Amino acid sequence: MKYAGLLVLPAGFFLTLAALVLFDDPERRMAFVVCSLVVEAIGMTVAVRGHMPQRKAGRP
Amino acid sequence: MNTTAPAFGDTVYALTFALLLLAPLAIAGVALINTGLGRSRSAAQALLGNLAIVAVAALAFAVLGAAIAGNLFPWGFTIAAAGKPWNWLGAGPFLLHGLESAAPQAQLAVLFEFMAAAMAAMIAWGSGADRLRLAAGCAAAAVFAGLIFPLFAHWTWGGGWLAQLGANFGLGAGFLDVGGAASVHTLGGLSALVLVWIVGPRTGKFPKEGLSTAMPGHNAVYVLFGCLLALVGWTAWNAAGAILFLHAPLAVLAGTTVNTLLSAASALAVTFIVTRARFGKPDASLCANGWLAGLVTSSACAALAPAAGAIFAGAVAGLITPLLVELLELALSIDDPSGAITVHGAAGLWGLLMAGLFAPQSGQFLAQLVGIATLLGLALPLIYLLFAMLNRVVAFRADQDGERIGMDLHELGGGAYPEFVIHRDDSYR
Repeated sequence: MKYAGLLVLPAGFFLTLAALVLFDDPERRMAFVVCSLVVEAIGMTVAVRGHMPQRKAGRP
Repeated sequence: MNTTAPAFGDTVYALTFALLLLAPLAIAGVALINTGLGRSRSAAQALLGNLAIVAVAALAFAVLGAAIAGNLFPWGFTIAAAGKPWNWLGAGPFLLHGLESAAPQAQLAVLFEFMAAAMAAMIAWGSGADRLRLAAGCAAAAVFAGLIFPLFAHWTWGGGWLAQLGANFGLGAGFLDVGGAASVHTLGGLSALVLVWIVGPRTGKFPKEGLSTAMPGHNAVYVLFGCLLALVGWTAWNAAGAILFLHAPLAVLAGTTVNTLLSAASALAVTFIVTRARFGKPDASLCANGWLAGLVTSSACAALAPAAGAIFAGAVAGLITPLLVELLELALSIDDPSGAITVHGAAGLWGLLMAGLFAPQSGQFLAQLVGIATLLGLALPLIYLLFAMLNRVVAFRADQDGERIGMDLHELGGGAYPEFVIHRDDSYR
């Protein structure tokens, strides 16, 4: 899970790059970049959740 | 944002140099805060670690980092994509060769980056308090200051692709990172998050049943005095950054300094109120975190915002800080003794957003969003990859015995407070 989340993060980054390259219109570009940040937020959530069980179990 | 435009006069050079001589006070302040928020039985190791990390970061940046950051000479590797040049890597000389012959402004930018590399590398150390080995902290600092920080510093301060967003895509003045909110604080906060993920929580912090165990910092005086020291360093840092990377005229420096103070002041006031409302009394360590979050926010926007804007930005940082510290610990089981993830990471991101809001150029907000997306989407996985690989070579976490007797005795053979009796910790019963 934690690695899946970390792999989603670069996907968001490449969406940002795509927004810069593909769109000239500032509004479309903004919408696409916001979407890429949402993807990154999902990746962060998954990464954080993926690290949580390990911590909840604690160390003996 | 690059360092090639307007020529530097002697007065501006002298002033910027003088400001940069004060900047290490911010590093000293953060070192004291990192130490005070850890336990007494790890205090000497914590402060020695801060010092060692500054040393290692300076060496790593001199040997390799400065070449990657590429601020000394305007050289870099550029690729062309979609008809635009993307400057993605600096190509400066190794070991600062030719420093004397570089332009005065470039020399000062490199000096600024030395301070920034040391500060950024130190941020994660506080999050690993009480269980992170000294050798691992130094190794992580070397990787961070030699590879990760310079890459982002080149993109923002060395004329890299983020700085060129304005010229290439019409996004304001390109990604603005005037005082290091992105390259220093957010990057440092993200490295703190990665380090905490890899090293895990302190033993007994999150028991299998019940709430997390409170492990308060051992010296509130260090922490609060560190905050005062940090203020001096931060005002100098923000003013120097405005001159170097925003090419601000000297007339705006007083406003930048006032905004730095206002941001920290409003953040502290709000954190004070929030912690008093939640706990009945203000919490000293959270108030210190709030103050520092206000300073971090000011790193991004002090040179760009009006006074009211600085107060607003700081106040929101002060509101977010205690709530996020609590959320990370109680809901997400993240053991971050120094609060660096919130104070440097979250407050840095918030400041970058505010910079986009207050900057006069159109498209600046979008440029800031692109920078934030790069930090989260590229820098975070890169730091994780490098730190996870490093952890296989140099184990990050001390053994159980080290945690039980304290890192001072375990790693240094002597404690910071030899006359004190160390109380038995309930979590080890």
